[in-house]
Amino acid sequence: MHEMSLMESVIAIVCETAQLNGASEVKSIRLDVGVLSHINPDSLLFCYEAVRRGTIAEHAALEINRIAGEGWCLDCGKTVRLDRRFGACPDCGRYQVQTTAGDELRIKDMEVI
Amino acid sequence: MCTVCGCEMATLEDGKSKTGAHGGEHDHHRGHQHDYGHHHDRHSAEHGALQHHQRIAGVHVPGMNPERIVQIEKDILSKNNAYAAENRARFGRDRIFALNFVSSPGSGKTSFLVRAIRDLKDRMSISVIEGDQQTSNDAARIRKTGVPAIQINTGKGCHLDAHTVGHAVDDLAPEPGSVLFIENVGNLVCPSAFDLGEAHKVVVLSVTEGEDKPLKYPDMFAAADLMILNKSDLLPHLDFDVGRCIANALRVNPHLRTLTVSACSGEGMEAFYFWLEAETARIAKASQ
Ligand SMILES: Nc1nc2c(ncn2[C@@H]2O[C@H](COP(=O)(O)OP(=O)(O)OP(=O)(O)O)[C@@H](O)[C@H]2O)c(=O)[nH]1
Ligand SMILES: [Zn+2]
Ligand SMILES: [Zn+2]
Ligand SMILES: [Zn+2]
Repeated sequence: MHEMSLMESVIAIVCETAQLNGASEVKSIRLDVGVLSHINPDSLLFCYEAVRRGTIAEHAALEINRIAGEGWCLDCGKTVRLDRRFGACPDCGRYQVQTTAGDELRIKDMEVI
Repeated sequence: MCTVCGCEMATLEDGKSKTGAHGGEHDHHRGHQHDYGHHHDRHSAEHGALQHHQRIAGVHVPGMNPERIVQIEKDILSKNNAYAAENRARFGRDRIFALNFVSSPGSGKTSFLVRAIRDLKDRMSISVIEGDQQTSNDAARIRKTGVPAIQINTGKGCHLDAHTVGHAVDDLAPEPGSVLFIENVGNLVCPSAFDLGEAHKVVVLSVTEGEDKPLKYPDMFAAADLMILNKSDLLPHLDFDVGRCIANALRVNPHLRTLTVSACSGEGMEAFYFWLEAETARIAKASQ
């Protein structure tokens, strides 16, 4: 369950950035979490409940944008859809696919007062 | 939780230091009173990054609602990665060759390290950081070999993080030019995401776990540079296809080196020692 320490990291970064921007409260937080990343969004939300308590993000809504998986197949020479990390190319069935999108784990922005 | 470090309350053995309540070098965090204007050696990279954020203006529409959007665009792992970069810089400066051993529970990491240390300790200087959720059993096993070891208990955490490891390195103070073994918490998933500043991740897989582990937990095999297939002494009793296991691992990571060993009988261990000596020599040469 490293969602817990990742969420602690999110709250820490968000609160610091909010304070540096002179904000008194965080209203919402938006994350980009790729479908190929080793993260379960439900666990993230669960951990969020526990971690935000007592911070200026205590009442902030958490929005998680899922980003679809995409890779570059060396054999086909084109961008293909990728449902699984290190998965096969849906066209040629081979495994020479380099992930180009879907492993994001990023804090995008937040709304503050 | 400390909101400056974002660290969990992992504890170092003897209660010498806690990452959640910093002492010594980290007294800028003492009592968790965080000011942002200070200067110090460690953590400075991260604070530098934070100060940079000060200049990122919020999008504020005057006369409308007081809420505004603040762009962050920061990787969630960026805190850990900043600490890892500090550890790596320190290892580079002191020519410390750090290996991060990862595996599922019970693959034989500690047994492997104990045998390797017995065989190598007259040839090179070695120290060990042991990670476990509970107990100091593993550090005690390592210390019996005569080399220094420090235990990190992660508590609820299922992996070591770079910040806690940095504290452990402070306490352990490995000799310049030495080898540092870091035994991560037994868990094939989470430790793959956390860079500790090591030179290589070494994934230990035992032959009792099945050939398909590299496909089931690909992240770990993708993150590693060396796979050690342990408990080879058990192969005659099992239906385990070594070739297929290695092929699966290479499918995930074509650059992975693989060695088959038995920490019990010692079979195959020499190959690891050659690899270790070749890598340390390469690092020593590169730092000249
Ligand atoms: N047959 C055989 N057993 C082994 C070998 N290496 C380790 N074992 C056994 O496997 C069990 C687990 O070994 P450990 O060294 O404690 O494993 P570990 O990976 O450090 O375990 P955790 O720290 O709990 O993740 C012990 O009973 C060891 O005796 C081996 O090469 N052959
Ligand atoms: Zn974890
Ligand atoms: Zn293809
Ligand atoms: Zn600190």
